[in-house]
Amino acid sequence: MAAFQTPINRPILSRGPISLGGFLFFVGLSIVVMWLDQGGRYLTPVRRGLSIAEYGVELTVASPFYAWRSLSEYFATRGRLLRENEELHAHQRQTDLMLQRFDALEQENQRLRLLRTNTERITQKFLVGEIMSVDLDPYRHRVRINKGSSDGVEKDWAILDAAGVVGQITRVGVFSSEAILITDAEHAIPVQVNRNGLRTIAVGTGNIGQLSLPYLASNSDIHEGDLLVTSGLGGVFPAGYPVATVSKIDRAVAQTLVSIIATPAAALDRDREVLLMVASNIPLESLDAAPATPAAGPSRP
Amino acid sequence: MSRIDHVARWPLFASSFVALVLGLVPLPGWLDLLRPDFLALVVFYWAMHQPRAGRLWFAWTAGLALDAFRGVVLGEFALAMTILGAIAIYLHLRIRAYPIWHQAAVVFGALFLYHFTIWIVEGWSGHPVTGPASWLPVITGALVWPFVSGILDKLHHRF
Repeated sequence: MAAFQTPINRPILSRGPISLGGFLFFVGLSIVVMWLDQGGRYLTPVRRGLSIAEYGVELTVASPFYAWRSLSEYFATRGRLLRENEELHAHQRQTDLMLQRFDALEQENQRLRLLRTNTERITQKFLVGEIMSVDLDPYRHRVRINKGSSDGVEKDWAILDAAGVVGQITRVGVFSSEAILITDAEHAIPVQVNRNGLRTIAVGTGNIGQLSLPYLASNSDIHEGDLLVTSGLGGVFPAGYPVATVSKIDRAVAQTLVSIIATPAAALDRDREVLLMVASNIPLESLDAAPATPAAGPSRP
Repeated sequence: MSRIDHVARWPLFASSFVALVLGLVPLPGWLDLLRPDFLALVVFYWAMHQPRAGRLWFAWTAGLALDAFRGVVLGEFALAMTILGAIAIYLHLRIRAYPIWHQAAVVFGALFLYHFTIWIVEGWSGHPVTGPASWLPVITGALVWPFVSGILDKLHHRF
């Protein structure tokens, strides 16, 4: 086999054509690159350049999936389309009804905010993006989204789908960007209980169907089935969007903290189309308008 | 210099590209955990069969590409690939003489070092990924080595 190609003038068990210097050079180079890149400090332009090449390869990976989707859409049966149309119409009617109320509510909200001499608007600018069919890392909940700085996306934009919060942008390329999902073990999102305004932080577990709420005292007012919404603190996520519902509460008597598991509202592992959104800067004081304080009151023994 | 310095370069680039794509194709959950590091296997193969043609450069660049795709700190996979490539180059004459399952054992060791490097760097850069399952690709990588090696042999000797 390949052994025949070995030059005859070298001993059979030579050390091979590797120089210690060359090896150390590349090890050193890796370490220098890591040191420069750690914390996203100095290599942003390099990352940008790489992201263009990445986008090309990722399009190659994703294109069969796109092709399959457009083919199956093309050959979709008439019956299915009609049914889908029907469903969409029904849904549209429903949302129209809700929107009528929304306008009125927005007006009212605006008036109330004016009353409080707080003119911050609650409308946000957003962009529709698509999650690319690419696997980045099985142990991290990271996805690639097909909108980048050329579309105006910036770091720390929030990502939402029809049902709730999906994640946030961590790195922006030219044509695509990388996002972290709320269930990633390195992600935490400030939330509050919709029912009573109790504020806490929901931490990702690394499990796609679970968030954990590790920072609540065991006598906190929280129940299974409670809806958690974004609190708007931290300035990344716009306030008031659904994040998860509490699914399991484990109050161990001896523990000061209660362990709570919540199920994300968004379809994190099934999403394709998502909304990218900038959180408008809502000042902290305006959040206290929500009845957040009662949580501290009754919890005292 | 021997004639191995004058072989066509495109099988190398083509196979690396395919390996990179295989590493990105979406797979169902459990299969995703078992997915071997195809690019590492391909780098190992070429480092072992064409050790003179600047293989450390190649290994390093391939690692850097993986860094970019995985979104980890740049240099992490580059370091791991450099170590993997250096092992393959250092031992290339011996490995070539081994029977295929013996080769797979060497690949197992090299992949273990590769993942160990990644593990160390992730711990250092503050993104530790826990779980014994993250070592599974070491085993599956060694298991698919005979097939990867067979396919690349075909490519290598035809052109």
